[in-house]
Amino acid sequence: MFDMLDILRTYGLQLLIGEFPHGPLGGLALTLILAVTGLVCAFPLAVLFGIARTSRIGWVAWPAAGIVHTLRGLPVLMLIFWAYFIVPLLTGKPISGTTTVICALVAYETAFLGEVIKAGILAIPQGQVEAARSLGMGYFTTLREVVLPQALFNMIPSILNQLISLIKNTSLAYIISVNELTYAAYQVNAQLLTKPFQVYFLLAMTYFVLCYLLSSMVGLAERRIKQKRQFRSL
Amino acid sequence: MIRFNHVNKWYGHYHALRDINEEIKRGEVVIVCGPSGSGKSTLIRTINRLEPIDDGQIYVDGQDVRGNGVDINKLRSRIGFVFQSFNLFPHMSVERNVMLATMRVLKLSEKAARETAMNLLDKVGLAAKAQSYPGQLSGGQQQRVAIARALAMKPPVMLFDEPTSALDPEMVGEVLQVMKQLAAEGMTMVCVTHEMGFAREVADRLLFMADGQVLERATPQDFFERPQHERARKFVADIRHA
Repeated sequence: MFDMLDILRTYGLQLLIGEFPHGPLGGLALTLILAVTGLVCAFPLAVLFGIARTSRIGWVAWPAAGIVHTLRGLPVLMLIFWAYFIVPLLTGKPISGTTTVICALVAYETAFLGEVIKAGILAIPQGQVEAARSLGMGYFTTLREVVLPQALFNMIPSILNQLISLIKNTSLAYIISVNELTYAAYQVNAQLLTKPFQVYFLLAMTYFVLCYLLSSMVGLAERRIKQKRQFRSL
Repeated sequence: MIRFNHVNKWYGHYHALRDINEEIKRGEVVIVCGPSGSGKSTLIRTINRLEPIDDGQIYVDGQDVRGNGVDINKLRSRIGFVFQSFNLFPHMSVERNVMLATMRVLKLSEKAARETAMNLLDKVGLAAKAQSYPGQLSGGQQQRVAIARALAMKPPVMLFDEPTSALDPEMVGEVLQVMKQLAAEGMTMVCVTHEMGFAREVADRLLFMADGQVLERATPQDFFERPQHERARKFVADIRHA
């Protein structure tokens, strides 16, 4: 127990923000940045994929389905390796580990979040679309004004769930030496050598608390949405 | 105003509409009735192409709804449609429900759209509910909002697909009242309904459908008192006993 407090006292800051402000940002801060950036970048793409997946036009739906199925069938770790080697090939210049990881996570999240959004769109009663279309609103106006606002709202819990899985997936950045929380803990352990249990217990606790807080938010969001559905007020 | 010319529709092998040939004139109120599964709803939904047809033509205001180069959104904006299940947008206030299409399709300004919406909500007796959400309204109130929403586009024709079938009995009257008022104002209306009292009161003509065919066309008086076709006689007898 005291060991852990000791570790926190000595290495706490390193685990929290890495070398910052004297060096690059790392630790828990980088983990959160990776997760949130990943979600923010993946979200608009996922909306596009969700829409494409529900499209009745074959040449829109089929490529989207192909990409989603491919990405879902690959481990995140492999996507990270791929991004590590392929993105520099495509762009012609080397990229940082952080960018690599974000690219891989965005690809992965787009596939999963896209399926969440597709499910949300499909769950909107057909009558909503029919009502909008019979008023003369086109496909995209109907999506923007009627379908997506309801679908995305209903999917808030699932989107938060994706954020949780994203936070855990950022730990794979460790493999290409991105100094996020897991890598920071790995380094601390390498310096201490004799206290792996304490170090990795702290690591586990940090992930757990973070994800637990988020899943409580999911629960809260779910209850709020249920209330709203029963009785909408201003 | 609306003309069906040898219209046929199949669901797989099921022949849902069989050679429909009808004409609905401007200002006419036409009631479509018949046993369930007879194709009434399918028929009314083909008019604004919510249901595609396999054969024949449907003309609205002289325009073939399946024609090449027909702007389906523009056509639909000129055909008011009221659903059995209201289909109000639950994430918007009542006022927004009525305003939305006038702003997005007719490109009215927010101010003009609000004015139109308030006038129509007043007309259906729900001006006080403008800021409420659909989930806070009774079924009858929701259907009145749905009628106001359709009227906001100033359509020359209104279609009603069993507008009172999903309502509790005590709420049917308030919706029919709004529809009667519309009929009295000279609106062209096609209405699928089981409300035979309403049919008697407002309909110019009544179409009786069974098995995807229009078996009888008559004035409501003739239909209820002297039904010709055997199926029509049975239908009239059944609703008398109900």
